[in-house]
Amino acid sequence: MAVTGVILVLFLIAHMYGNLKIFSGQQAFDDYSAYLRNLGEPLLPYSGALWLMRVVLLASILLHIYAAVTLWHRARAVTGGRGAARYVSTKARRGHQRSYASFTLRWGGVVIGLFVIYHVLHLTTNTIAPGGASASPYERMINGFQLWPVVLSYTVALIALAFHLRHGLWAAFASLGWNRSPRVRRNLNVMATVVTVVIIAGFLIPPFAILFGVVQ
Amino acid sequence: MNITLRVWRQRDAADKGRMVTYHVEGISPDMSFLEVLDMLNERLTMEGEDPIAFDSDCREGICGACGLVINGLAHGPKQMVTTCQLHMRSFNDGDVIDVEPFRAEPFTVIRDLVVDRSSFDRIIQAGGYISVNTGAAPDAHAIPVPREDAQDAFDAAACISCGACVAACPNGSASLFLGAKIAHLGKLPQGQPERHSRALRMTAQHDHEGFGGCTQIGECEAVCPKGIPLSVISQTNADVLGALAHGGK
Repeated sequence: MAVTGVILVLFLIAHMYGNLKIFSGQQAFDDYSAYLRNLGEPLLPYSGALWLMRVVLLASILLHIYAAVTLWHRARAVTGGRGAARYVSTKARRGHQRSYASFTLRWGGVVIGLFVIYHVLHLTTNTIAPGGASASPYERMINGFQLWPVVLSYTVALIALAFHLRHGLWAAFASLGWNRSPRVRRNLNVMATVVTVVIIAGFLIPPFAILFGVVQ
Repeated sequence: MNITLRVWRQRDAADKGRMVTYHVEGISPDMSFLEVLDMLNERLTMEGEDPIAFDSDCREGICGACGLVINGLAHGPKQMVTTCQLHMRSFNDGDVIDVEPFRAEPFTVIRDLVVDRSSFDRIIQAGGYISVNTGAAPDAHAIPVPREDAQDAFDAAACISCGACVAACPNGSASLFLGAKIAHLGKLPQGQPERHSRALRMTAQHDHEGFGGCTQIGECEAVCPKGIPLSVISQTNADVLGALAHGGK
């Protein structure tokens, strides 16, 4: 759970950085996209390095889901499928301190999973092409994010991702055995929040810049 | 004080169980929550009804026998106290209070509010010990222990195995209890020879008993009457990872 999660977060950081190249113009953005496919040539075939990364990512996603389903199944078995709601009393629905982020981790993960499928169909394969299909990744972005429903759907997914990362990062650090003192714990929580904010802000800036016509 | 209690009544493990409402009058704010149940039980007995079964022993917060979910919170609304040390001044006159047993699949309800926590004993048996040669008592300071390690070990050793961590955990995990038992021996020199096997065996027994996995929510720590820190769970994970790195020995 933790190791695959960290791999996926590292990917998100790289992905977010690539997206910001939209501000360098169409040439730079499309060149970067082409570079990812040429990476490692001639040692590797065209798109070879990219496919290696995709295999690692796909394996991480599948293992992440497998671990999550295992934990979910165990939690359901021990609580009669009710989780924290296994008590008749409804006076402490969120316990002493349970956060919204921890509460939505599993269903939020499902939302993110569905979003990833939609996202790949939209901007990678361009099977779904709101605003018009294009061979240029730059134009795909511009065409799509000029439409507010598209921006809205991405924003909803990113909010789900924000909650998922906020709790998930902290939980990953703790599960890897790093939470060993109150001071370290505070730092790990700050780190989880900072990484989350940076990733979400970095992903939200390009769509909104396009929607409001800053990038055309 | 006059209080309305909604108490979980269940004849035995096979019974479905239900909440039953009782009005209790003339409660002193200085009474412990268990004394209110005693008072109610006395009345029920006089009226020829079955008294409410609940666990208790020392009634001074150190044995771990008592434990109820009060208004949806293990050991009630106050933190760092066991149910026996929860006094009625923590409630208001006229309150309706829900009282339920600790719930988790391995904690079978024996009757009313009494649950079977012998799964905890089996987790301890799996590795919660150190091996020493018996004989004359060793000199008190024969093995130096760094002050910080001694403090951490003592913090973990404060666990009274009440099971509140399991009762509060949305995943029904006993990781806080497990971590406390692993950290309390693992932090001391005497616990080093079996450190890796202890972590592996106790964790395996924990999973075998059917407890859930930890997702670092921290509700266990919040209800723990002894304030066992969440860091003991990271300690468990580190010990298990260390053991796996050494080939599972």
